[in-house]
Amino acid sequence: MTDLPVLSILILLPAVGAVLTPFLRKDPIVRWFSLLVLFADFLLALWVLLNFDPNTAAMQFGEHRVWVPNLGISYRLGIDGISVWFVVLTSLLGWICVLASWWSISIRVKEFMTCLLAMQSLMIGVFCALDMILFYILWEAMLVPMYLIIGIWGGANRVYAAFKFFLYTLAGSLLFLIGILLLYFGGGQTFDVLALMEVQYPFPLQIWVFLAFLVAFAVKIPMVPVHTWLPDAHVQAPTAGSIILAGVLLKMGAYGFLRFSLPMLPDASQYFAPMMIALSAVAIVYGGFLALAQSDIKKLIAYSSVSHMGFITLGLFTFDAKGMSGAVIQMFNHGITTGALFLFVGIIYERTHSRDIAAYGGLIKVVPLFGILFAAFLLSSMALPGLNGFIGELLVLAAAFGVSGWAGAAGALGALVGAAYLLGVYRQMLLGEVKTPGDVFVWDLGRRELACAAPLLLFVVWFGLYPKPFLTILQPSLDHLMTQLNPTAVTP
Amino acid sequence: MEFLLSIRPVLAIAVSLTAAVLILCLRNRANLRDAVSVAAAVVKFLIVISLAPLVLDGGTHDLTLFEVLPGVDFAFRVDALGMVFATVSSLLWILAALYSIGYMRSQNEHAQTRFFAAFAVSLSAAVGGAFAANLFTLVIFYELLSLITYPLVYHKEDKASWAGSRRYVVYLIGASKSLLLVALALTYHLAGTLDFMPQGVFGGTDASGALLSVVYLCYLFGFAKAAIMPFHAWLPAAMVAPTPVSALLHAVAVVKMGVFCLLRVIFYVMGVDLMSSLGLAIATAYLVSFTIVMASIYALTRDDLKARLAYSTVSQLSYIILGAVLLTPMAAVGGVTHIAAHAFSKITLFFCAGSIYCASHRRNISDLAGIGRQLPWTMGAFFIGSLGMIGLPPSGGFISKWYLVLGSVEAGELVFLTVLLASAVLNAAYFLPVTYTAFFEKSKPPQGQTLVAMQDVREVPMVAVPLLITAILSLVLGLSPGFFVDLAQLVMRGAGLG
Repeated sequence: MTDLPVLSILILLPAVGAVLTPFLRKDPIVRWFSLLVLFADFLLALWVLLNFDPNTAAMQFGEHRVWVPNLGISYRLGIDGISVWFVVLTSLLGWICVLASWWSISIRVKEFMTCLLAMQSLMIGVFCALDMILFYILWEAMLVPMYLIIGIWGGANRVYAAFKFFLYTLAGSLLFLIGILLLYFGGGQTFDVLALMEVQYPFPLQIWVFLAFLVAFAVKIPMVPVHTWLPDAHVQAPTAGSIILAGVLLKMGAYGFLRFSLPMLPDASQYFAPMMIALSAVAIVYGGFLALAQSDIKKLIAYSSVSHMGFITLGLFTFDAKGMSGAVIQMFNHGITTGALFLFVGIIYERTHSRDIAAYGGLIKVVPLFGILFAAFLLSSMALPGLNGFIGELLVLAAAFGVSGWAGAAGALGALVGAAYLLGVYRQMLLGEVKTPGDVFVWDLGRRELACAAPLLLFVVWFGLYPKPFLTILQPSLDHLMTQLNPTAVTP
Repeated sequence: MEFLLSIRPVLAIAVSLTAAVLILCLRNRANLRDAVSVAAAVVKFLIVISLAPLVLDGGTHDLTLFEVLPGVDFAFRVDALGMVFATVSSLLWILAALYSIGYMRSQNEHAQTRFFAAFAVSLSAAVGGAFAANLFTLVIFYELLSLITYPLVYHKEDKASWAGSRRYVVYLIGASKSLLLVALALTYHLAGTLDFMPQGVFGGTDASGALLSVVYLCYLFGFAKAAIMPFHAWLPAAMVAPTPVSALLHAVAVVKMGVFCLLRVIFYVMGVDLMSSLGLAIATAYLVSFTIVMASIYALTRDDLKARLAYSTVSQLSYIILGAVLLTPMAAVGGVTHIAAHAFSKITLFFCAGSIYCASHRRNISDLAGIGRQLPWTMGAFFIGSLGMIGLPPSGGFISKWYLVLGSVEAGELVFLTVLLASAVLNAAYFLPVTYTAFFEKSKPPQGQTLVAMQDVREVPMVAVPLLITAILSLVLGLSPGFFVDLAQLVMRGAGLG
């Protein structure tokens, strides 16, 4: 372990980039500068991962600076085996977002890249924060650049979508703040996350805080019935916005459950588990059927996210070692796969300006490289055995059957419907007679686009066959979480 | 039991994957490209057969590559059952590769590179499945096989092939994404492992019989490639594929993969004791008996030769499962041997159907009157193939059905004896008339415009030679069945039946 404040550097590097970007003159320089900053950030995150000690559940790379002493607020950072993966995921998607916006963002490039860099800084901050107020500030601040990304560089209906996104998440966040204050005054008298985990709260208080947190996290995930902002936001957002939304922002809701609700409010979590499992089952099936009915490719992927995020909450609330590790690995894999799907939709949209699935056909013949890679990501999303989606799905389902046959059956139905709509896209867009919207010319992937796809594909294959590195790093933290949830349980 | 750490199982899988890459690279040099197919097939067979001596001595070749999840490895094990499947698939690939070259060239088919590449990968999937040491590894190759055969089924890219391939994928992926996934998840949840074990994996669990029965049923129908009714309709639909695909994949590799997976489940996941104590064995026996008889009746009503062959396959696959679930030594030997016996005979019959189509563009049996005089080798081979289906000596089908009949007597179940005999009669009723029509009926002037006039019909040598070889092999198997029967007996003893 070194004395360098690595996590702070990881967070501040993009922030400094965001501050410097407005002073750059030309668009190409802005693009290259943002790319370099975010790629350096990614390399640093990889360094953190390689130096991460997988044998302990304790927070690593910890930093602590007093911030507002008389309120007990401090600048406290640290990562464990869960959050380290989301730091890696965020930093990976960061530079991919820059590449994905290389030409598709042609107006206000400077401002756009500033937003992206700021977003990256805030998102990594969220996953590293170990002080409730710091977490809350970063969590809220993220709304602003995201709002701008959708509202300025989005599609025709961007203002409506951005506003809806803003309102939903803001409403949730306010309750989150109330929950934090309840925890503070209810016994902790501190905002230190680790200290709050040690406090034994009375059951009624746990119930209220859980519900307050639930609203905030459920909106972010999103769970049915507060999911309606997601399709609008995805459809209107530029490609990079969709990648960030699907890849990182949705994970934050589930991360909230892992970091706060489960360890701090174990009794309430147990109490609400049946409801959470039922809501997850509904999301899996309902989201799946909604996706099946879509003709707009971005909407289809958005609804598929609702369904797939249902698997994650289902796994979390089984309180089973398999289910929870399945949920976390599914969080990571969903970020990779859905990020890749939005990337590829963006690539084809850039060429044709159409999201209508039925307007395409036979793309694998015209643009074979695009076709084969897009097919691989669709199959990964479908959880084909051997690709990354399957591991999480299998683990979550195995655990779900241990809790309730109905939850398991809903999961299986969701998987079946998932196969139906994803194979439907595969068949319609890639196979059959060659057609493109308006018969425009489409060209195959360039080097820049391949550079975006390659690392994502690597994870798709790697974690499909050999997820052990992921699980090894994850396991101690998850075991620790299990003991916090149920002090008598001894996990093997 | 001796076991050997061996890299050869992986080599056997890698050969055809490498071949697929080479085939794609050589897309502009057709001769070289097709030579790669044949060479890879020969090498693959030699590797597979080099694994046989140890297996015949009761040993296994083992290779664990890495741990995927706790209790789940990515691992290979070559045992007797896997050896049967791998030998049959890899041996017949050599002939199918030669046949495909003749067929595709004589038909001037498009997208031949895609065809041969996908063909090679599907052989990797089949052998990978055969050598898989646990359910996880098996399912990876099972799904790979579904996926890679999809372009082979829609190969023609006309309306009919899109419709047929759609049904193919919907059935196979649908069954595996719903039922098979549930079966795997429940197995992992209940047993904590996905390994194969000689007495099944559920020994130490306290799961109720009803739940275990559900798990078993999910496997039974989830492995839809076994084509047990009512999950059989994808197989006739897959006949839109070019005939070499129907021959090697939809009579051997793909369908046998389904049956093979079920045998793995019956013997090594559920275990013989559980199958018998829960009454699952006898229930399955009735189910597959129904499939045997019904599919034969369907076959009887089909005039399209390939459709008739497809329904015949549905029926014959259930013989293999019947052999397993009768749970007697003889029946098990018969069932496992039938994997090989059916393969050699059925591939011959499909090769013949393709040869007829190449030479005359005829599909319907009613149009074949008098064709025997023009295509004596093809129709002679067809007759030999028919013997195997009916189970008459000296074909390999006689050996396997003989064991099956003995097995059903051993089990004391006259119902199944009746089913076997009735099915033999039905097989005779739908195969022998084809030969009769071809040789002894007078030819009629062709009605469709695409049909070649009968006097112009000539054997296509490149397709006729492989089908003669497979016909001879099916007879060799009947005269000298030792290799497969010995392996089958090892399977039977390994499952705890003797």
